[in-house]
Amino acid sequence: MFDFQIVSTWLHGVLTGVMPEWAAILTESVLVALLIITLYAVFAIVLIYMERKICAFFQCRLGPMRVGKWGLLQVFSDVFKMLTKEIIEMRQSDRLLHNMAPFLVVAASMTTFACLPWNMGGHIIDFNVGVFFFLAIGSIGVVGILLAGWSSNNKYSLIGAMRSGAQIISYELSIGMVMLTMICLTGTMSFSEICQQQADYGWNILRGHVPAVLAFIIYLIAGNAECNRGPFDLPESESELTAGYHTEYSGMHFGYYYLAEYLNLFICAGMASTIFLGGWAPIYFPGLEGFNDVMAMIPGCVWFLGKTFFVVFLLMWERWTFPRLRIDQILSLEWKYLLPFTMVLLVVMALCVSLGLTF
Amino acid sequence: MSEELKPKAAAPATPEAAPQAPAAAPKKPAAPAAAAPAAPAENDCHVRTIERADFRKEMERLHKEEHMDFLECLTGIDREDDGLAVIYHLESTTTGKRTCVQVVCEGRETPNVPTVSDLWDIANIYEREVYDFYGIIFTGHPDMRRIYMREDWVGYPFRKDDETEKNNPLRMTNEPLADTTDTYTLAADGTLTKEQHNIFGEEDYVVNIGPQHPSTHGVLHFRVCLQGEVIKKIDPILGYIHRGVEKISEQMTYPQTLALTDRLDYLGAMQNRHALCMCIEKAMGVEVSDRVKVIRTIMDELQRIDSHILFFSCLAQDLGATTAFLYGFRDREKILDIFEETCGGRLILNYNTIGGVMADIHPNFQKRVKEFIPYMRKNINEYFDIFINNVIFQHRAKGIGTLTKEQCIAFGCTGGTGRAAGWHNDVRKRMPYAAYDRVQFNEVTRTEGDSYARVLVRMDEILESLNIIEQLIDNIPEGNYREKMKPIIKVPAGTYYTAVEGSRGEFGVLLESKGDKSPYRLHYRSTGLPLVAVMDTACKDHLLADLITIGGTVDYVVPDIDR
Amino acid sequence: MKKPHIKSIPYEEFNDNETFEQLVAKLNENGTNVIVRSLDELIDWGRSNSLWPLTFATSCCGIEFMAVCAARYDIARFGFEVTRNSPRQADVILVSGTITTKMAPVLRRLYDQMADPKYVVAIGGCSISGGPFTKSYHVVNGVDQIIPVDVYVPGCPPRPEAFLYGMMQLQRIVKVENFFGTTNRKEKDPYRAAAAEKEEEILNQQEQA
Repeated sequence: MFDFQIVSTWLHGVLTGVMPEWAAILTESVLVALLIITLYAVFAIVLIYMERKICAFFQCRLGPMRVGKWGLLQVFSDVFKMLTKEIIEMRQSDRLLHNMAPFLVVAASMTTFACLPWNMGGHIIDFNVGVFFFLAIGSIGVVGILLAGWSSNNKYSLIGAMRSGAQIISYELSIGMVMLTMICLTGTMSFSEICQQQADYGWNILRGHVPAVLAFIIYLIAGNAECNRGPFDLPESESELTAGYHTEYSGMHFGYYYLAEYLNLFICAGMASTIFLGGWAPIYFPGLEGFNDVMAMIPGCVWFLGKTFFVVFLLMWERWTFPRLRIDQILSLEWKYLLPFTMVLLVVMALCVSLGLTF
Repeated sequence: MSEELKPKAAAPATPEAAPQAPAAAPKKPAAPAAAAPAAPAENDCHVRTIERADFRKEMERLHKEEHMDFLECLTGIDREDDGLAVIYHLESTTTGKRTCVQVVCEGRETPNVPTVSDLWDIANIYEREVYDFYGIIFTGHPDMRRIYMREDWVGYPFRKDDETEKNNPLRMTNEPLADTTDTYTLAADGTLTKEQHNIFGEEDYVVNIGPQHPSTHGVLHFRVCLQGEVIKKIDPILGYIHRGVEKISEQMTYPQTLALTDRLDYLGAMQNRHALCMCIEKAMGVEVSDRVKVIRTIMDELQRIDSHILFFSCLAQDLGATTAFLYGFRDREKILDIFEETCGGRLILNYNTIGGVMADIHPNFQKRVKEFIPYMRKNINEYFDIFINNVIFQHRAKGIGTLTKEQCIAFGCTGGTGRAAGWHNDVRKRMPYAAYDRVQFNEVTRTEGDSYARVLVRMDEILESLNIIEQLIDNIPEGNYREKMKPIIKVPAGTYYTAVEGSRGEFGVLLESKGDKSPYRLHYRSTGLPLVAVMDTACKDHLLADLITIGGTVDYVVPDIDR
Repeated sequence: MKKPHIKSIPYEEFNDNETFEQLVAKLNENGTNVIVRSLDELIDWGRSNSLWPLTFATSCCGIEFMAVCAARYDIARFGFEVTRNSPRQADVILVSGTITTKMAPVLRRLYDQMADPKYVVAIGGCSISGGPFTKSYHVVNGVDQIIPVDVYVPGCPPRPEAFLYGMMQLQRIVKVENFFGTTNRKEKDPYRAAAAEKEEEILNQQEQA
């Protein structure tokens, strides 16, 4: 397996050769930031195209066809349009908060995006309480949504934001508990170590067997709710609240919400593949050495992206099949069913680990 | 057919044609009800006039003693010199007895009639409509506001002497919406006193749903008073698509008026036009051939399936199941293909005409319909798989917006909404018309009365309609597809009422003629207006999201409400 | 002038090329800079292929609009399927259905709420001229009385194909617009002065309140 650390160490060596240590680190930071932003944009475009095509195929349609081959350039034209669209300033809205809110949402989703383990040694943000950091930083997004609703001076936005606040904060509990369950199995909170363990001993979803599979399912449900995507897309539920918390946003400000929605989906899927499906770790069957060797030759980032897009597909499938829930149903699902269940799951997992019932 | 009649061709009135027209009745400008021809038409209303002084007592008697619990239709009418009148169509849901009464009010300055809104809930919104159009004040009515026109509208547009255009230029200012309403009471000396009270208070959190909103199915406007997300009160504001169809019909010849019916409830285009054609035919004593009756029946049923599929699609869309929406539209296109071959249109069909239908059925018609029946029977299962049996939908629909049978009758909610509550109101059974007396079909009813029942009723009705079509499609009798009519159609003087079962309830036509070539008053009993009127009752204490479910399942079409 | 290219339909086969050419001539009266024009073309390409409609329907034509979005006609092929419910995020308003005098100020407000660049397509006889309801006391005889219309699609209601054709005509108009250095509508916004006045008025009212 190719270790990306080789590249980064080499780059660091080259840079320190021509400039002082601090300048080298600064340059590296800038490079990495540029890389994240580019990746962020690229993945947003890929995901939007994917969603539009997949939804079309589910609905016996063709989807974008006329802009470029198979409509491949469709999203680019949307981006150009969005960039040149007017941003409306409204009277009687809280200008500062109104303009700040989309950036909070994007900043939160970019930082969490940086937490994903792209390859062996290819982590951007990685330290010993990585999971903790991920959960904490991910919660900033909800502040952006609440501010958007509050500052828009629009009743739909306000209701949408309140729903969103209630929903995201609730489901974060479930996500936290599920992650705790898996940490219980791995014994570490660092994403690089979680992945390394899975490369060494097999994927967590297999190691943790029954409790891990259940945790995975709960994660998919809660993750979807966390991204505000259907069937949990209440905050912007189109048929009730026109566009929910971003009703009053136009142009690129709306574009940020649009981007963040898709990237949050990707991050949610990426996190699922990291903690359950092994991240960049290839599949490993004890005994089938030839097969395992071939699998190990596939680069880690391909593994990671493959798994992530598989989970993204699952989430899109769910999105385009189910009708929307109602706010009280969403909250009772979380507080009455998912949360108690995840608590039990945590205890079960702890028992399994302490009794050595895991692989 | 060289002497084929185009509907528009009847417009230029030639002096020779007039005496030949079947208007045998002498042209009497006054007392139209009395001037009926020798043999009264079968849909003549037999309007009984009640003195204003006895009116309230008589209505209470009809409601209590004769159990006339269904106020079918309430129509205002301006008889110029004979004053302004209000016609009430009443029906007893227990005995099936029907009656029609009218009350005439004196004067044009402050004409007034006692309200009956405490006897029949639906009268509330009907009386507001009459107030809006004719300026008749209903004393004791709790909410005497305009309903279709803007609040700053001048005059009463349906009065024959109103200078509507002059007084009402296009106003581009935002519409004023008062939070207060008036109640008028009549003192013993004949003076009216006005009392003002609040609709919404200062501290109420009122959200506007509409007029431009994705889930109101058109330009409907609800002012919703919320407490948290719980609905406390709904105040519907109508008229954003009020096109004055009834009023402009008064300047049109009978064939011309037909064109507007399709555009009322565009998902019941066939049935609406059927109702008006039948009303005119019966009033004139024209008997249409069996072939026409059967074709009309098949077309009505196809239209009903079309409408119910759209109902399903839009409901799914409103509840966020976008994929189900497209599945519905896939099947709907098949019906539109059938329509298109025979009628030439997809949505606005212009097919029925006075004395028959515009054109004979297309040679492919029977083949296509026969292909469609099994196709639809198979595909309706998909609707259940993808949406109706989904656990999320069931949780969102079961027990939501429950209407009891009594509420449905009091609000006059005919069609699927009433049948879901167990009210047998199907016009096809109550007063069979066209070919409905020769086919076997069940009137689909349920007892729950909630949103889920309303969906199931519609789904079962699709199957029932397929049954009806199946029975008729092979037995379309030979005959004329259109009776030969005089170039100028004149309906004998009188008041006529005919109803058909539209896609979403009883669609009635009230026609008052003075023997001219255009109607004196043409009133449509809207299928949707009672459904909007019941929204406040149905949504109370439900969540905001349930408003969408309930609105979707009671199934109204806004242009039909506003007319 | 470079003729805008619309996939699968040659320029000559479009109806009413005269009006279109007049528009182009008017836009390019002062000549254009090569670099600016090529940048313009890139942006116009983006805009023309990403016209997101506002979900707005008053009557029958709205049902046909739904049919256009559905599988058989599939407006998504053009990239127009992202119907936005909030006018702030929409690019084009398809006025499908009769506009009554009560609705007129609402429509006007919706138009004002949209962000530039915004386009209007009048769908169906009712929105073009009042259609069958011209004589009515409560119908606006043509939405062009209240908002500037770019494309008219006749029909009652127009067939889905006509919808798509109308949208392609709109694409052509968008493709010749200029983004840099000039304005697209000579009478940029005929209502702007009135709107400014009204704004003043509202501000005063609010201050008083």
